[in-house]
Amino acid sequence: MTEIANAPPLLAARGLSFSRDDRPVFESLDFDVDAGEALLVQGGNGAGKTTLLRVLAGLLEADGGTVAVAGTPVARAMRAGTMAYLGHLPGLKADLDAVENLEFLARLQGCRESQDVARALALVGLAAHAHLPVRQMSAGQKKRLSLARLWMSPARLWLLDEPYANLDLQGIELVNRMVRAQLDDGGAALVTTHGAYAAPPVRTRELALATVA
Amino acid sequence: MSAAPTLLGSASALVARDLRLLWRRRGDALQPALFAVLVVVLFALALGNDAATLQRVAPGVLWVAAVLAGLLALDTLFRGDAEDGSLEQWMLAPVPLAWLVLVRTAVHWATTTLPLLAATPLLAELLGLPRAQLPVLLGGLALGTPLLSLLGAVVAALTIGMRRSGILLALLALPLYVPVLVFGAGSVAIAAQGHDPSGGLLLLAAGLAAALVLAPVTAAAAIRIALN
Repeated sequence: MTEIANAPPLLAARGLSFSRDDRPVFESLDFDVDAGEALLVQGGNGAGKTTLLRVLAGLLEADGGTVAVAGTPVARAMRAGTMAYLGHLPGLKADLDAVENLEFLARLQGCRESQDVARALALVGLAAHAHLPVRQMSAGQKKRLSLARLWMSPARLWLLDEPYANLDLQGIELVNRMVRAQLDDGGAALVTTHGAYAAPPVRTRELALATVA
Repeated sequence: MSAAPTLLGSASALVARDLRLLWRRRGDALQPALFAVLVVVLFALALGNDAATLQRVAPGVLWVAAVLAGLLALDTLFRGDAEDGSLEQWMLAPVPLAWLVLVRTAVHWATTTLPLLAATPLLAELLGLPRAQLPVLLGGLALGTPLLSLLGAVVAALTIGMRRSGILLALLALPLYVPVLVFGAGSVAIAAQGHDPSGGLLLLAAGLAAALVLAPVTAAAAIRIALN
């Protein structure tokens, strides 16, 4: 712990608040996520887990508060390169196959030096379906393809919204393996779950979101 | 594969993706141009026995056909990318969203309107437009239709949050389209009277230059609002 004690947290949120139609979704949230750490965002349906991740990713404008990445506050539009977001919508084109989708997203969002499409597909277990159009994939296979995109992304910070949804047992194991590798690599991850039924076996903090009345 | 995406790299990736998607759905690709041909042919048939009238309304008809075809294609500009979450991933890319919007709009224009532009000399012949006026008509369309696409991109971006926005999109876009239509069709009419048509064309060019800079930024802001 000593070597990172002086380093600023990879992600620091201060006084973060967001409201929709004048109803607060969350108010003055403060939390830190250090490199090598996962933050489990917990809460029931409608507690604002997805909204929090979208605000952090910069997809939504926060009503107040700051988000700092590695010690420097980053404005909404500048956050893009530092975070990879896995949301409910896969962002895949149904008419393109797995390789074409991944290649496009890698060229759009950047790619780790050491990664390529074939290796990422092999990691998520889609090597045999590299040329299957996304239209013909199951929800679980689409999720795996999104995980491959995440794996190629150069972002140090992962924002994972319900990463376990639609996945079989091996898929859940895969997510946990990927999160662990990312954390070992000096990255960090925010993971939303309904409960602790599938938490990755890594150093975690927890953030419980309650429904604001 | 480069590690950090550049403006040119992301643009070429987006162009390659859009052309590939177009090829997979090539049946849909020619629809706007075919629609415009249909409008022109129906006009020609309806007024067929009166060559003088046809010749007089030809520039107007061709321009209206181009505008309607553009409106028809407008809904496909961002809808697909909004529904499958691609726009979210665009917003998370380290290149400006406005740049991606500009590239997307340019490809959309090239694939939906360029075929129509290529067919225009033929359609003009069908309506009996004097050949001397054809360069003015083509020049006006070449300047005016990209301007229509850029204006349309702003309106399309504003309405991506709505489920069925087809007719609303047309209603919102129409007031913005009217000046382009007036100057475009008007310049051909002025040329027909033997005057210099360059005034209208220059105004279209000025509008296009302004829209090239302002429309992508506005549309990107509209997308951020609409996806809230």
